[in-house]
Amino acid sequence: MPWGLWVPAALALALVVLPVVGLLVRTDLRRVPALIVSDASLAALRLSLETAALSTVACVVLGVPLAVVLARSAVPGIRVLRAVVLLPLVLPPVVGGLALLYLLGRKGFLGYLLSVTAGVQVPFTTAAVVIAQTFVAMPFLVVSLEGALRGSGDRYEQIAATLGARPWTVFRRVTLPLLLPALGSGAVLSFARALGEFGATITFAGSLQGVTRTLPLEVYTQAEVDVDSAVALALLLIVVAVVIIAVARPRAVEGAAR
Amino acid sequence: MRKLGTIVAAAALLAAGCATSTGEGEGSTTLTVFAAASLTESFGAMKPAFEAAHPGTEVRFNFAGSSSLVQQLSNGATADVFASADRANMDKAEQAGVVEGAPSPFATNQLTIAVAPGNPEGITSLADLTRDGLNVVVCAPQVPCGSATQKVERGTGVTLKPVSEEQDVKQVLAKVQSGDADAGLVYVTDATSAGDKVGEVDFPEAAQAVNEYPIAVVRDAPHTDLATQWVDFVLGEQGRAELRKVGFGTP
Repeated sequence: MPWGLWVPAALALALVVLPVVGLLVRTDLRRVPALIVSDASLAALRLSLETAALSTVACVVLGVPLAVVLARSAVPGIRVLRAVVLLPLVLPPVVGGLALLYLLGRKGFLGYLLSVTAGVQVPFTTAAVVIAQTFVAMPFLVVSLEGALRGSGDRYEQIAATLGARPWTVFRRVTLPLLLPALGSGAVLSFARALGEFGATITFAGSLQGVTRTLPLEVYTQAEVDVDSAVALALLLIVVAVVIIAVARPRAVEGAAR
Repeated sequence: MRKLGTIVAAAALLAAGCATSTGEGEGSTTLTVFAAASLTESFGAMKPAFEAAHPGTEVRFNFAGSSSLVQQLSNGATADVFASADRANMDKAEQAGVVEGAPSPFATNQLTIAVAPGNPEGITSLADLTRDGLNVVVCAPQVPCGSATQKVERGTGVTLKPVSEEQDVKQVLAKVQSGDADAGLVYVTDATSAGDKVGEVDFPEAAQAVNEYPIAVVRDAPHTDLATQWVDFVLGEQGRAELRKVGFGTP
């Protein structure tokens, strides 16, 4: 590795680390415990962990097949689909939230159908939080997996097929094991994105303690009254995120590097 | 959304700073007014008249939630005037030492019930909002419209069961407009400026939580005299008239 890389690398690191240091400096650490054990924060923390876990599961269940289709299918127009999948990455989250509201809200065509046929209302429910998080987090998983799949090529799958394996067997015995390392890091990325999700959630799901007010929303609510307590809560969010990424990510990455 | 607002504000400030430093000789002075988001329409309408009365002056606005404006001011943002949507945030500004002199109340605002156009649910009173199956949206108690809501609830003994406590009054309005909420408690002025996109059901108990808007000159303002003139303009007959037009009361 050339030495010259250290300079931009250090700058990049500083850009990520220094703002967090700024946050730490501003936090009155003595107040953190009292803030974290308040009913509102605990409810928000629990809701955040539950919804982010659920949306990660949803991302995996729906995203793995999508990534395989995008990487392996030769259907015309697949390139356009690849671009469309990235939409939630470039859409401002608030716009994403509005889009979901216009689809699944009471006046949205799917939402209207749901409320008339099944009496189900999606906005303002915990399910809406999970949907919003899945919407914004899915591209992270799909992109990681698709990259890994296309990088590894399809020769193992072709060989398996020539040896007489049926498509489902190839998928289970060859494609999925090839995907596992990337699946780990993709899932962690999705989880992290879901955990920090704010704009789409507040627009689509609203904000109510214990139902839809996740930790980022609680931070925002607190910031209206007392910025210091909001900062302390933000710290809790950072700790949770760092712990999860630190525990899961290295393994996934090392796995991917073999 | 807030982050974007801050960036826009920062950019506007930068631009304002450049304009004042280079354009002073030309006689073009930029007056920077930080004002609560609910003042967007009324202050915007005052701008042309004020600029006409003060040739060579340009008024620039930074409209945002009062608390984030205080936040920006105490972190060193440059402004001439600060107009808050409630006393609490002006108090915060005074404590932080970012405003000069005593703030003057210039407008009052109170809550009203925003409903879908034509009021399909037939809501006529605050108590109607407790009906089963109604999606009611309010502001979170942490923001001014939410604390007004809380005050009204306490005063009337009506306990609302909102499906969501939104971060600001525009979000409440948005949920009513999209049809996902049947009713929302918003300020009279917000309902007025939404025009025919929402219906408005006034309720007498709203008088129990009248919100007062204070205005003050910012400490170390680049243009103190002009800032005082803007404050006088807002408090004067022309300012009052614009404020009345969008539904504000007189303190």
